[in-house]
Amino acid sequence: MGKLKIEDLDKISESVRKRISLREGAGKVKITVHMGTCGIAAGARNVMTAFLNEIEIHNAKDIIVVTSGCAGLCSKEPMVTIEYENQAPVKYIELNEEKVKKIFDEHVLHGKIVPEYALSIGSERIQ
Amino acid sequence: MKNYRLQLMVCAGTACVSNHSLEIKEALEREIKNHNLENEAQVVQTGCNGFCGAGPILVVQPDGIFYQLLKVTDVKQIVEEHLIKGRPVKKLLYTPPEEKTPIPKLSDIPFFAEQTLIALRNRGLIDPENIDDYIARGGYKALAKVLTSMTPDEVLNEIKISGLRGRGGGGFPTGVKWESCKKAHGDEKYVICNADEGDPGAFMDRSIIEGDPHSVIEGMIIGAYAIENVKQGYIYVRMEYPLAIKRFQIAINQAREYGLLGQNIFDKGFDFDIEIRRGAGAFVCGESTALMASIEGKPGEPRAKYIHTVEKGLWDKPTCLNNVETWANVPQIILRGGKWFASIGTGDVSEDPWGGSKGTKVFSLAGKVNNTGLVEVPMGITLRDIIFRIGGGIRDGKKFKAVQTGGPSGGFIPESLIDLPVDYEELTKVGSMMGSGGMVVTDEDNCMVDMAKYFLAFTQAESCGKCIPCREGTKRMLDILEKITAGQGTEEDLVLLEELSNAIVESSLCALGGSAPNPVLTTLKYFRDEYEAHVKDKKCPAHICRQLNTYKINEKICLEIGHGCDVCKKYCPDGAIIGERKKVHYIDPAKCGKCGACYDVCNFNAIYIE
Repeated sequence: MGKLKIEDLDKISESVRKRISLREGAGKVKITVHMGTCGIAAGARNVMTAFLNEIEIHNAKDIIVVTSGCAGLCSKEPMVTIEYENQAPVKYIELNEEKVKKIFDEHVLHGKIVPEYALSIGSERIQ
Repeated sequence: MKNYRLQLMVCAGTACVSNHSLEIKEALEREIKNHNLENEAQVVQTGCNGFCGAGPILVVQPDGIFYQLLKVTDVKQIVEEHLIKGRPVKKLLYTPPEEKTPIPKLSDIPFFAEQTLIALRNRGLIDPENIDDYIARGGYKALAKVLTSMTPDEVLNEIKISGLRGRGGGGFPTGVKWESCKKAHGDEKYVICNADEGDPGAFMDRSIIEGDPHSVIEGMIIGAYAIENVKQGYIYVRMEYPLAIKRFQIAINQAREYGLLGQNIFDKGFDFDIEIRRGAGAFVCGESTALMASIEGKPGEPRAKYIHTVEKGLWDKPTCLNNVETWANVPQIILRGGKWFASIGTGDVSEDPWGGSKGTKVFSLAGKVNNTGLVEVPMGITLRDIIFRIGGGIRDGKKFKAVQTGGPSGGFIPESLIDLPVDYEELTKVGSMMGSGGMVVTDEDNCMVDMAKYFLAFTQAESCGKCIPCREGTKRMLDILEKITAGQGTEEDLVLLEELSNAIVESSLCALGGSAPNPVLTTLKYFRDEYEAHVKDKKCPAHICRQLNTYKINEKICLEIGHGCDVCKKYCPDGAIIGERKKVHYIDPAKCGKCGACYDVCNFNAIYIE
């Protein structure tokens, strides 16, 4: 890029926003893929890849994908928890790539919960 | 652009690089490739994180998991456990001293949690060699604001409202300095960034340049605009800072490419450029007039300042010189307003620019403290909070003795004053100073006479020799201190030392001589008992001054545990040790030269100091 105009600052900022917001740990949506041994065995890896692909296809911003351990309900793996800005976290169970597409389109992009794949809304209380 | 889900921020500040962080970075990249994660995880090098004592450091984002004291051999485990399975590697996390549970997140570690970041706001978050990263964090927005919607006078006024004062040592109000330079006659003026940081144990400026060079550049462009008639700026960096020079040059090149330096910036008809000038590493060149002489190619010696440098500075033109940290604060003040800056800190600067200490200050915490590193704290925080809450207290559970603030010519502040708020005036009142922000912590094992001698030896060696009080006076002071620590001091020496100190403070040409006696004066004031023990009892209470020690051998340990190993005898240069293998050894006090070699080499701690 050559000489900048003032508007270019925002353009640059926007284009690298994705990688910077990841560092700031601030996203609009946080997707937690549960990757305990149970989750990995049930295909959590493919579920995570599917989410990453969706982000790329939609060129979506402000979305953070993190991994965590077993959520405690091993028979329902692969599971993810989706935290949409200002909403209670939602746990989805027994996922596959098809379900991921639907969840991504409706919940991650538009904040609309997909009840048929959901296990529960909210989180356990931590003592 | 790829959609990374993980970013691995490897600290590439000088301290971490010297502990092989770049090898760790390569190993991470290799291991990530081996596991086909290169489309998911990105490795980024950052500037100094500040927690240098815990380096090499890796922060895994977006969760902010903080890994410390890494080795190349740890990398495989991090990739396999954390990146693939999402389980942070516990044994590599930080555990506070005297606690058992590690703290995984950076933001929960007290060292980081208690800090307020303005000058260091981008540390660990951006790649210092990539201007786009700086722009994405709001960089050059302040410059855009200034050039589109503010007159030079309005910019100056904002700096005055902020109450910002010089971060390099003197604490001179920045707004007042800019205004004097602006009012000075001349249509060719200069701005200079003083990065000739030379204090032992201080690395604030280096870390800012290495971690966020554009913040300094942006500050200088804004300063040049406010002062007017400034087309050229210089940054004076010492050759001992090769990484800072490299990153600064990269930053200047990128800024030029984007047209942020050069002709007609943002098409607003404003021209300004910056060049680096490298210094040879003389401490005195941190003094403004000596620095300017050095840029002109003359010997780096200060001159008397009947005429200030804002009137006649570099090449006799009006020149505004500020420290790295001062410049780095400027863009944030413009973006967030002078009032916001003035809301942090002590006192009131609305009437009197010297009326308070505003904003934050970066300190480099060194010495006998658990968490050594770089910290940025609001003005007015107590020394106790810095040393015990952020610094994590004294190493090995020892007792705190004193803290030296302000670099080699700062004073020592004893435990009785540890609740003192950090503020320009308060520190001066007790005989020390804010200085550039060095903070050296000492514990019960330090001899204060020896510490004063150490720092005086530094300033003495760095004296340029132009004026007699500094050149001859500090030399004689050092002679007296050497005499005292060798056990030949008298009570008259203490009187002479004090007299000499005051004379040097009064009559030196520049601040180097003017402040060099501070460590001696403050230790004489707060630790007089230690001086008296040296001259009257011929004892060093901390056992540091070896000529005052009496070395003895504990016969029981020597024979029963050491079995008369004979090592001490081999090392004794004076032949003062009597004994043979498998028998008890003794020291002949008549022959003993008190070098302490036996004490150092004994593997059984059988030798003690009486």
